Amino acid sequence: MIKDQPNERRCIAILVDNEAGVLARVIGLFSGRGYNIDSLTVSEVDPEKHTSRITVVSTGTAMILEQLKAQLGRLVPVQKIVDMTLDHESLERELALVKVRCTGEKRVESLRLSDAFRARVIDTTHESFVFELTGSPAKLDAFVNLMRPLGLVDVSRTGVAAIARGPEGM
Amino acid sequence: MKANKAASGPRLSGAEIVIQALIDQGVEVIFGYPGGAVLPIYDVLFEHARIRHILVRHEQGAVHAAEGYARSTGKPGVVLVTSGPGATNAVTGLADALLDSIPIVCLTGQVATHLIGSDAFQEADTVGITRPCTKHNWLVNDVEALPQIMHDAFYVATHGRPGPVVVDLPKDVQFAKTAYNRPSNDGHCNYRPKVQGDPALIAQAVEAMVHARRPLFYTGGGVINSGPQAARHLRELVHLTGFPITSTLMGLGAYPASDPQWLGLVGMHGTYESNNAMHDCDVMITIGARFDDRVTGRIDAFSPGSTKIHVDIDPSSINKTIMVDIPIVGDCAHVLGALLDVWKKEKPAPDPARFKEWWTQIDHWRARDCLSYRQKGPVIQPQYAIERLYELTKDKDVYISTEVGQHQMWTAQHFKFEEPGRLMTSGGLGTMGYGLPAAVGIQIAHPGSLVIDIAGEASVLMTMQEMSTAVQHDLPIKIFILNNQYMGMVRQWQEILHGKRYSHSYTEALPDFVKLAEAYGGHGIRVKRPDELDDAIKEMIAVDKPVLFDCLVDRQANCFPMIPSGKAHNEMILGDQDEPAEISQEGKMLV
Repeated sequence: MIKDQPNERRCIAILVDNEAGVLARVIGLFSGRGYNIDSLTVSEVDPEKHTSRITVVSTGTAMILEQLKAQLGRLVPVQKIVDMTLDHESLERELALVKVRCTGEKRVESLRLSDAFRARVIDTTHESFVFELTGSPAKLDAFVNLMRPLGLVDVSRTGVAAIARGPEGM
Repeated sequence: MKANKAASGPRLSGAEIVIQALIDQGVEVIFGYPGGAVLPIYDVLFEHARIRHILVRHEQGAVHAAEGYARSTGKPGVVLVTSGPGATNAVTGLADALLDSIPIVCLTGQVATHLIGSDAFQEADTVGITRPCTKHNWLVNDVEALPQIMHDAFYVATHGRPGPVVVDLPKDVQFAKTAYNRPSNDGHCNYRPKVQGDPALIAQAVEAMVHARRPLFYTGGGVINSGPQAARHLRELVHLTGFPITSTLMGLGAYPASDPQWLGLVGMHGTYESNNAMHDCDVMITIGARFDDRVTGRIDAFSPGSTKIHVDIDPSSINKTIMVDIPIVGDCAHVLGALLDVWKKEKPAPDPARFKEWWTQIDHWRARDCLSYRQKGPVIQPQYAIERLYELTKDKDVYISTEVGQHQMWTAQHFKFEEPGRLMTSGGLGTMGYGLPAAVGIQIAHPGSLVIDIAGEASVLMTMQEMSTAVQHDLPIKIFILNNQYMGMVRQWQEILHGKRYSHSYTEALPDFVKLAEAYGGHGIRVKRPDELDDAIKEMIAVDKPVLFDCLVDRQANCFPMIPSGKAHNEMILGDQDEPAEISQEGKMLV
């Protein structure tokens, strides 16, 4: 019955005390309870107040995702949890470094496609490019898939950063 | 993290700050075991005037003793152990305290900060290992941070849903000096659990209660953790409403068992009337309980027709496994008080006819007398031993701890508890070996009282070494062993689920418990026949020494009622003669 619920994708932003081990604590919660981490980014946001922001993308049923937020709320260093998918109109961005190795027609095609995506070339040899691309996760997925048949060698992605539209802060 | 700002107090070493912080927090007793990494603290404790240190024989015993102390007093239990194996030995106790929500402050020694990460002698990643089994933990890298951390530790352990915390103290930090001022009573700047329930939801709850025709109170350990006021409010509310009430294992004693509105334990080994009432009720008022799987049985068949009100201080407990209709996040005492106020304002006219059908149905279930057993012949039935123990101690100031297994369930069924804080048992984690050290902790807290650990012979061997602790500190605890020479509960499951293939559940090579007691410096008693029981129990109570009471009982007795795994509340097995319906594959996978 519980298994019949469809899976949803949620982006959750967590404001935490920037203390030693806080990231391990959050990740430990996910792994300990079997929750999914599709992507995770973390960085300090306020050096004076010593707070960091962790942005996690997770997939699960609605009941599990609500549980997940409640469990996060239980952690002592967690100050605030915002469900970027449910509670707000929000924007998601990610950065990818994409290495493609090809020559001839495929090389030309890869450069043309990178133009269409407004990617920048940050490394080049006679037989390879490294592209830098920012955008929504879906845009990055599309670009990588297009590069695949052209000679995709390596992809390094940062994970999703998200922010709510409008003037209100977290 | 607040630094030790503008501290102008005396310059103390880290070790002295730890002890001073304990004194400032009102700690009188700590349970511990020394080692290299905590020598500075032990040096401060040497012949200390204000803090009494109870030396145990294994660090697991220290934590269980602190748990027994905490649950029988309402104060946090304090543990002091060394680094490496000292800390890892404490892990079982910490996991136990986390699941049963018991406030414990566990201080662990650690190698010096410059040695951390170098695989030093007796080094372990204590903070890493205990992260998932504590409410929170700290590694103190700098003595400047120590005063605030010590007080934060007590705050976190005792506020909101209580739980264990660990403070890891590197040895160089214990030696380093700084000025100590007790931090303001602000508590942790972040962690502010909500205690007042939402008034709108409380009004909704009372509305549902007023219109109920088949109501039921389902209470749990949260009522006891909240403090004596919660139990007082609960009793008043139950009497005012006239509703029946049942409780989980951890909640026994919050409501007096002798009261006619009490239905008995609920859940896997709960009474016939409790489980049926839970299944058939139309309004379930859940206070301080978490819908644990021992209580719910098959989730999709759990109380299908009821409106569920859930009061809990931990928001993550709500809608975790069972969806509820009226969730109220708050402290039990506060919310019960608010429910009382609203109920009294509503002043629903007492209407005995309203519940006549429901109580008639309940009495019909009660008539089944599901806890009955036959004490016939020369072999003592375990239930009979517990009933005799109850009868001979019920007028005394008695505290009970238990180990884990059949004897634990029989205790919950046959020993009647009238007050909170009288039963100390490992519910959530189910730790065999909990009872004996817990009895040590209870006796320390209540020196003049009668403290009895109702045990199985398999469980009690796990922490038997704490008998030395009892002898050393003159603690006349009574270890009442129901000796059936099996791991009873495991054997019962193997009988029901695995075709009687008793794989390694028979305890061979049992020690002679009477000789063992004497070897430790205690007193041993053995009973084989039912007519010997009463006199032997009286002897046990009269002896002013720790006692191992070896009560040989029926080896094949099974604990009923039982809801087999994967079954619903109204599919209870009531006795050996009941054929359990085929257990499904899914059912077999549940513990």
